[in-house]
Amino acid sequence: MLELPKRKNPVLRTRLPTLPPAARSRIALGLTAAAALGRFELQQCRDCGTVQYPPREACQGCLSIRLEWKPQSPEAELLAATVLHHSNDLFFRERLPWRLGLVRLDCGPTVVAHLHERVAPAPSRVIVAAKLDRAGQAVLVALPDKEANMAEDRQLREFTCDPKFRKVLVTDGKTALGQAIVKALAAAGADLIWVGYAEPWKKFAGFDELKPLPQVTLLPLDVTDSKNVREVAAEIGGKVDILVNNAEYHRTYGISNRPGVDTARAEMDVNYFGLLRLAQEFGPAMRSRGADGLASATAWVNLLSIYALANFPPHGTFSASKAAAHSLAQCLRAELRPAGVRVINVFPGPIDDEWNQLLPPPKITPAALANAVVKALQEGVEDGYPGDVAQEWLARWRDNPKALEKELST
Amino acid sequence: MSRRGYEGVAVAVPVTVPYVRYSIRAAHWWLARCLAELLKGCGLRKEDMDGFSVSSFTLAPDTAIGLTQHLGLSPRWLDHVPFGGASGIVQLRRAARAVQSGDADVIACVAGDTNHVDSFRLTLANFSQFARDAVYPYGAGGPNASFAFLTAYYMRTYGVKREDFGKLCVAQRDNALRFAHALFKKPLTLEEYLAARPIAEPLHLYDCVMPCAGADGFIVLSEERAKRLGIGYARLLGTIERHNAFATDPVQMRAGWALDRADLYEQAGTGPQDMDFVQTYDDYPVISVMQLEDLGFCAKGEGPAFIRRQSFTWDGSFPLNTSGGQLSVGQAGAAGGSLGLVEALRQLTREAQGRQVKDAKLGLVSGFGMINFDRGLGSGAAILGC
Repeated sequence: MLELPKRKNPVLRTRLPTLPPAARSRIALGLTAAAALGRFELQQCRDCGTVQYPPREACQGCLSIRLEWKPQSPEAELLAATVLHHSNDLFFRERLPWRLGLVRLDCGPTVVAHLHERVAPAPSRVIVAAKLDRAGQAVLVALPDKEANMAEDRQLREFTCDPKFRKVLVTDGKTALGQAIVKALAAAGADLIWVGYAEPWKKFAGFDELKPLPQVTLLPLDVTDSKNVREVAAEIGGKVDILVNNAEYHRTYGISNRPGVDTARAEMDVNYFGLLRLAQEFGPAMRSRGADGLASATAWVNLLSIYALANFPPHGTFSASKAAAHSLAQCLRAELRPAGVRVINVFPGPIDDEWNQLLPPPKITPAALANAVVKALQEGVEDGYPGDVAQEWLARWRDNPKALEKELST
Repeated sequence: MSRRGYEGVAVAVPVTVPYVRYSIRAAHWWLARCLAELLKGCGLRKEDMDGFSVSSFTLAPDTAIGLTQHLGLSPRWLDHVPFGGASGIVQLRRAARAVQSGDADVIACVAGDTNHVDSFRLTLANFSQFARDAVYPYGAGGPNASFAFLTAYYMRTYGVKREDFGKLCVAQRDNALRFAHALFKKPLTLEEYLAARPIAEPLHLYDCVMPCAGADGFIVLSEERAKRLGIGYARLLGTIERHNAFATDPVQMRAGWALDRADLYEQAGTGPQDMDFVQTYDDYPVISVMQLEDLGFCAKGEGPAFIRRQSFTWDGSFPLNTSGGQLSVGQAGAAGGSLGLVEALRQLTREAQGRQVKDAKLGLVSGFGMINFDRGLGSGAAILGC
């Protein structure tokens, strides 16, 4: 059981972040692509059905090149375990001793996996999952059961961004979604939650409910105001472990139904430039705190939209601003990667709020989306598509992006 | 169809370029010294040598062909065998056939590597595609971690104890004290072995080879030529080679030897009981035990009883790794695949000085190489006689 980390001694040097070995062959990135979505997939041959690992360019059973990444049963047996007391790599050297297992999957292959401390001595049954490590690459972990909590395990906590004991900034507490996120984070054990709110002279709906939460500190934050963002970052930037950017400006209509660019500019100012301002002011501080003990800087969450993947013409300019934010988030991901700070992009379908009034159900509730954000942090995924609409759009987009564009334009 | 034998083939001039823990030289330097010693040993100029075979991990970006220009050679037969610990046996059997067929008359086989302060880590990180994708990101323990799994599984399945592995390591250290080039010069007691610090449980310090720089080599030529040169030699009686055997075994408990040993003994016209000494590939003691079982010195799973019954020093009941093996000499990269082979040649040509096995006439050498992912892929063995 992990305990709340002690307050750090400000005189001591903050250790610089190191990363586990990140090099992978291109074919092996298939494992990472699935793990980024929280899925466990292995290569399977379309001709003979062989499941294989490590990833290969051809089927080891029949030499077919018709290989695809398919979800596999995580059921497996631990064949042998070891505890490393020596490592040739800095990241692991700083974290020794380190447990590993040789695991036989019921679907065939034998794999090497990081081992949860509650796994019973070999031979024993385990559940294998693919997780992103601090370098953002997929690794396999062996868990004692499906309910095993990775954040409670000293080793596997490295692969999650669990908010427990961590300090979090939620950039907009004025919306129903922002308030739901704050409550979900508090329930998940966040140590301290700063909640931003623009236009502090106006008391917002829900203010009275947030104020008494012991973890919450409200602070004026307007992501369209560079000076204000800089001042807030100067004050708390060196303490933020997780930043959840949910500030959003959302209006309907596309190009021809709304003259001028004022609305589109306002959307870009919050959804795109807001992210850029936050990234420029908070990014460097978080990057320097990637190895700051048990509660190091660990994640940056962007609330995007499923419309970032393909433009939804009835909300056309909003879609464009979210696509721009998505692209910028990829840049941020690359820049935070050397510190092991994960950028998590959440792509919800329409939220059940004012600006989606005319859209038919199902619409995701703020509470459900907030829980999805916390789950993404706990499970350490990189991309989340919460809700039925997002999942359906994602499936259609992955299947054929052009077809989705045509479907959306009619 | 039975395989043709190696009649008329001689293996000669065992060379070990003295190992060092770290070297500022390149692999080329070590291989050049080895070749020079080989030529000196048989009294030939490099122009007289028409075949050249190379094994090395750290020669990159060069291969054997680049080395010909680097060293001013012009061979008509050239081989590069990047199979790690299986290289020595593979180099030997290919060279033997080349000499037999007349494609080359005198072949120098060299294997060696340099070891800079950081080169072991770099070798591990880029050892193979599977290692890079599916092993190195898991703790970067290198072969220690892979062999820890095999050792743990073996101990659990067959009841091998640390004391058993310790007995092998202690005996090999005794042998090494009589081999001038061994890097380990102090005796090892079983108590010290058992008290060593853990590296990758259940492996402890003395279960693991020490990476170092060095080179080993030998000459393959016709018996007739060897006689004319007036050099001592051993005859090659039988060989086997196999890669990626038993691929569906969930954990490696056996390797190609178990598949091919009948072929080996049949070709050599001998059996395991006839061997006067054995040189196993010993990067970890569990692999020595696996070889003893797979090569028929005892049944699978009887390794522990065999260890308890025998003594393994050069003057013991079962002389094993009589120069100390890699565990006590050091592992000079690819040279590890030839260390046992050159020691067998010394034993058979009576050059083993203070550790000469009495009346040694037949010896078995085996090689094992390339932990590509979760197991060693290549296995080979040769029987040599005098």
